[in-house]
Parts: sequence; C-alpha cells; structure tokens
Amino acid sequence: MQSLILTTATRLLVALLLVFSIYALLRGHNLPGGGFIGGLIGATGFILYVIATSVSDARSALRVDPTNIAMLGVGIAALSGIMGAFAGDPFLTGQWLFLFAAEGEKGLPLSSVLVFDVGVYLAVFGGILTLVFAMEEEI
Amino acid sequence: MTFLDYAVLLGFALVILGVALASIRLIKGPTLADRIVALDMMTVQLVAFAGLSALQSRNAAFLDVAVVLALVGFLATVCLARYLERRNAINREDRE
Repeated sequence: MQSLILTTATRLLVALLLVFSIYALLRGHNLPGGGFIGGLIGATGFILYVIATSVSDARSALRVDPTNIAMLGVGIAALSGIMGAFAGDPFLTGQWLFLFAAEGEKGLPLSSVLVFDVGVYLAVFGGILTLVFAMEEEI
Repeated sequence: MTFLDYAVLLGFALVILGVALASIRLIKGPTLADRIVALDMMTVQLVAFAGLSALQSRNAAFLDVAVVLALVGFLATVCLARYLERRNAINREDRE
C-alpha cells in the first residue's frame, strides 16, 4: 500500500513501539509488563513496517530470520532454567546475584528471572513475526 | 470528595456516553467505512477511559494500557483500511 501519511507515521511509530517494547520487558520485573507483552509490542512495530512497505523490506530490516529469533528465545529461556542446577535447586528456580551488596543494602540485584523474560520476549517476537510474514507472503 | 473526583466521574459518564453512541454507529453504519471509523472512535475513548482510571486509582500502570491501546488501535485501523482498499480493488477487477 503506497501512502505518504502512513510511511511518514510509520518511521516515527516503529521506533516508538520498539523502545516501548524494551521498556515493558525490563519493567516487568516489579510492575505490570514482562517478556510476553514486550514481545507482542515489538512484533506490532514490525507488523506496521510490513504494512507500510513490504515483507521483503521488513525481512531485510530485521536482518535475522524470525524463526531463528524464536528458537534462540526458547534456548535462552531453557538455559535460564538450568542455572538453578548449579545451586542444587529444581528446574526454573530463580537465582539471584547481589553485586556490591553491603550491610543493609541490596546493591545491584541480578537474577536468572530476567534472563528467562528475555527468552520469552525473543520467542514471542520471533513467533508472531514468523506467522505474520508467512500470512503476508501468501496474499 | 474533591473537585477532581467529580470531574473524573463526569469524564467517565461522558466517555461511556460516547462509547454508546459509537456502538450505535457500529451497528447501524450503512457502509464498512462507517463501522471502521466507529471502531477507531471506540478505541480512542478506551484510551481516555484508561487515563481516567489512572487518575481515579492513582495508579500509573493504567497509563501504559493507554499507550499500548493507542498504538495498537492505530495499527487496527490501518489494517482494516488496507482490507477495505484490497476488497474494492478485487471488486473493480470483477466488474471489468
């Protein structure tokens, strides 16, 4: 579809959607948000790009095949689950590392929960885009 | 109750009235374009509703709902418009 209004708006909105998807992913730790909704918002950005331009343009903008992104996401999520094995906990138990932790201060908390969320994000992002690209190419 | 609470309540009433009127257009709408515009209007009103909810509950999480709804609502309207354009093109080919 050729539309000057749509292509101009898309340039702004795609960047906005992708930034907001990362924001939703990182904030999901303590507040509403998380990997799933973040991945959906990110995929929405690329769907908008597909509509404004074409599937081949969107594929070259993404650089990586969305199927590979989805599989990478599932792999990262599984790896974050295995992390618990080193502490002797069951599969998918959250592991915490408090960097620079002092007396009465938590320092910089790092967790395997965030790694799992990043995996979910990539799996949803890649899965939805695989679906949409396939549907668009069929038409 | 402060003045803000009354204003938020009035806002809720007006938004609900707007959704009701838009749904009448959605049901009656003689053409598909009317229905799409009605759906878009309902999305915008839901964004306003989420903003009012954020004010009433003093919870900023509703503002994220508003942002996502506004962005996805735009996408929905674009997709429906594209469908409409494609359908018209197919009809034109059939007639020729």
